[in-house]
Formats: sequence, structure tokens, C-alpha cells
Amino acid sequence: MNSTQSTIYLDYASTTPVDPRVASKMMEFLTPEGEFGNPASRSHKFGWKADEAVEEARSHVANLVNCDPREIVWTSGATEADNLAIKGIARFYKSKGNHIITSKIEHKAVLDPCRQLEREGFEVTYLDPDEGGIISPEAVRSAIKESTILISIMHINNELGTVNDLSKIGDIARKNGAFFHVDAAQSTGKVNIDLMNTPVDLMSFSAHKTYGPKGIGALYVRRKPRVRLEALIHGGGHERGMRSGTLPTHQIVGMGEAFRIANEEMKSDHSKISVFHEKFLEKVKEIDHVYINGDLDNKVPNILNVSFNFVEGESLIMGLKDVAVSSGSACTSASLEPSYVLRALGRKDELAHSSIRFSFGRFTKDDDVTKTLEILGNVVDRLRELSPLWEMHLDGIDLDTVEWNLH
Amino acid sequence: MAYSRKVVEKFENTLNNPEAFKVGKFDPKETNVGTGMVGAPACGDVMKLQIKCEAKGNTHIIKDVKFKTYGCGSAIASSSELVEMLIGKTLEEAKAIKNIEIVEALELPPIKIHCSVLAEDSIRQAIEDYEAKQ
Repeated sequence: MNSTQSTIYLDYASTTPVDPRVASKMMEFLTPEGEFGNPASRSHKFGWKADEAVEEARSHVANLVNCDPREIVWTSGATEADNLAIKGIARFYKSKGNHIITSKIEHKAVLDPCRQLEREGFEVTYLDPDEGGIISPEAVRSAIKESTILISIMHINNELGTVNDLSKIGDIARKNGAFFHVDAAQSTGKVNIDLMNTPVDLMSFSAHKTYGPKGIGALYVRRKPRVRLEALIHGGGHERGMRSGTLPTHQIVGMGEAFRIANEEMKSDHSKISVFHEKFLEKVKEIDHVYINGDLDNKVPNILNVSFNFVEGESLIMGLKDVAVSSGSACTSASLEPSYVLRALGRKDELAHSSIRFSFGRFTKDDDVTKTLEILGNVVDRLRELSPLWEMHLDGIDLDTVEWNLH
Repeated sequence: MAYSRKVVEKFENTLNNPEAFKVGKFDPKETNVGTGMVGAPACGDVMKLQIKCEAKGNTHIIKDVKFKTYGCGSAIASSSELVEMLIGKTLEEAKAIKNIEIVEALELPPIKIHCSVLAEDSIRQAIEDYEAKQ
């Protein structure tokens, strides 16, 4: 038996399993009996069939976000899409200006390309979110300069689930002649996206956050008004020169099918997940000294980020050994820094160290939520019994007045 | 990150059976108790270690230990490991404990060596506090 089967999976914002319907569709494009051809082969039906499948998938992606299929460029994932958008715009339009606006709570796939562009001589403004994790359009407006060529702001924050106002930020970009790129890796199948009627120039998508396979994503590149990019990868001139490399038919078909299903099932997924969110929120609030991170009135229900004061996040994750969740605290990675996203909200470091992200999805069951809540209350109590901070708190000591022995 | 089995076991045992693993507190005002607290909440770990000693002539022996730790799994496991090492030792022997002993006992990964350093610091502070009272 698979050892992960007894573990409850509440980390859908990290990745989702491939929907079995998607997996079976992908299988049709791999083996000798299937349509394994190279979509770029123009001289035989193996190629034609593969090309047909790729274009059908492109339409499914375009349908979900209401754009023209010709505006979709396949990439290896949202990270590549973000890189292509940000570096591609900056390098193509560098004669027009060298200033980029982004935010401190972007994914690393946006922040790191921006850092790279700084090394190449671009100037980048990193906006602070408000305390609820929202980037205010006003903050964007006041950061605009004559030299601003690009604004890159995420749609839904991956740690908090907070949703930014794309229409307002896009209007500001339009009025000031800057391109607007949006990382929408967390958005597809969660909220409605209407690119025909939203002033966005570039948008990054990922398949594996929406029940598709890993290793495939797409970049939306607006045709009217036209947006041009300098390619990152040169080769056979695929994807109208914006992204060369043989198209991975099975991956693309997988993303197309996943997005087709997302279009059909977004409403039912959403209503099911909203029930879990409400139940979880209500129960988790019964635990003392719990803080919900991110503006509850302005977020998606599939992500819930909670800080359990006086308990460190990584130990909580270890205590929750039968539940797969992720920690806002980066203590689990190579750095000992708490989450940069939570810090940007102005949360105290200890609350940032105490945060856990729970994320629900299509295959979450009511029983998963009930069990997690049971285990959670118990583990938080036990860890607090172990915590000198909890003891001090119970003794009436204000932790902010303590002089800590830094090492 | 994958921890060694030893860290996971130590952490889980301590969590599930805190009393047996010396989680708790002594009255810090007692003259035979030394308290050390190191780390800071902002850094993600705080260890509080208390030793209760018995003097035999000039030799002071650690008779009992209590601790509480806020921190990641390996910080909690490191404190718990240290506590086990301390009971029955003289203060001189306790001072000689090096963080590397904890690293080896728990097979800590390199980025968690910091936790063992914190544990070593906590015993030093507890001993200083105790000695200051004598």
C-alpha cells in the first residue's frame, strides 16, 4: 500500500493531483497506438493529429480565461511564463524606460527575474501590501514614473489566498503606458478570469495547480493592443518565436483537459470548498490566540493561512504528521527566515514563524477536514505545553518587553 | 526536509509524553535551581533549561532537569537530547558537553546545527545562573 494513503492532503495550493480524467486523456498521446507525433511535423498525419490536439487544448485554455487562442503561448510552467513576460518585456522595451513595479508578496518566480533585471540595470519598485495582503491600486499609481514600462502584480497570493483588483491596477497601467503582467498560477478554476474585458497584457498560468500535470504552463500575450517580447529560448521558432522547443503534446493535452474541466466544474468545486473553509475557520477560531492571515473578505476559500501564537510552524507541521500542509515559515527550507509574505504584512516575526497554510481542493473530503481539526487542536495544546513563550504568556509577561538573549 | 528517524522519534516522544521527557519548570527562585533561557521568538526558537543540583563538598551534581522549547522539531529534539545527557553529571562535566555531541546523537542536518548550539548555550547559562547563587 502506498505510504501516503493514510495522510490527509491539505496542500492543494502547492500542487494538485492530476485529475484521473486528465491522466487518461494524456495517455492517448504517448504510445505507438496513440497520437505521438510531433505537432510541428507538417508532412504527415502523425504531425497533423498532434497539432490538432495541441490547438484544441489551446482553445480550452483560452475559453477558461476568455481570450483568443492565438494569445496563448505554451511554456514549461508558470515560472517560465513569469520569466518570459518580465524579462521579455523589459528587454524588448528597454529603450522606452527601465522602471518596473512589482510587490513584496509576489512568488519567487516574479521576484527573482526582477532581481536579475536589477543586475542588468533596470530599476524595480517592490510595493508593500496592506495588512490584509492586498496590493492597493493607489500604491501602484503612486509608484509610477515616466520610465515605468512594466507592472507585475499577482492575482491570488499563494500563501494567503488574497485577491488583487486586476481591473483597477490594469487601468492605471493603461493610462500610464505601462504593460501589466499578472501571475495567475493560483487563479484558474478558482475565480472567473475574463481577459477580453480586463486590462491585462500578460498573464501566467500553471497546469499543476488546477489538476493538470506538472511541467506545463502558458503565458497569455495580448494581441490588441499588441504586446511584443524578447524570447528567452531560441530554436525552431515555435509559438510564433516566443518559445522554441518541440511542443510536449501529452502535457499540453493534459493542461487543456484540466482547464476544460475547471471551466465546467469551477462552480461546484467552489461551493464545496467554501463549506470546508467555513467549517475550518469556525473551528480553528475556537483555539486561543489564533490569527487568520490575509483579508477574509477578499480571498479565495481554498487557501487558509493561520498563525498559532506561541507555537513554531515547523514543529506544528511535524506534530501534524498525518496531515500534509505547508508552513509559511521557511524554517523547512535552507533559510531560517520566516515567510517574507507574512513579514510584508507587518506581522510580528513570531507570528510569521507560527503560520500554517491549509489548502483545500477538488478531492478533499469532509472527513479530512474534521480529522485535521481534531488533530490540530490536540497538537497545538501539546506544543504550547512545551513552549516557554506560552508559559510566560500565562504568567502575564508581555513578550514584547522581554530582552531576548540573541545568539 | 527529511529529518533523521532519531529527530522524529525524539520529537514525537517528547510531545506525547512530556513529563517523562522532563518538560516542565522548577521555581527559578530556589537556590539549588539554575535557569538558562536563550534564543528569541523572532528567530523562531527559544529554549529554557533549568537544572536542580545537589552539592557534595565542592562538587555540584545535576539531580534533575526541566525544559521548555519553542522552535522547530529539531530544536525540541535537541533540547530533549541534551536534558538526557545532563542528569547525574557534575557541573564540570556538563560544561564540557559540546553541541557536536547532540548533532551526532540526532544526526542533525547541517542547516539545523544551529539548534544544537542553542542547546549548548542554554546549559552554559543555566550553570552560570546556578553558580551565581552559590
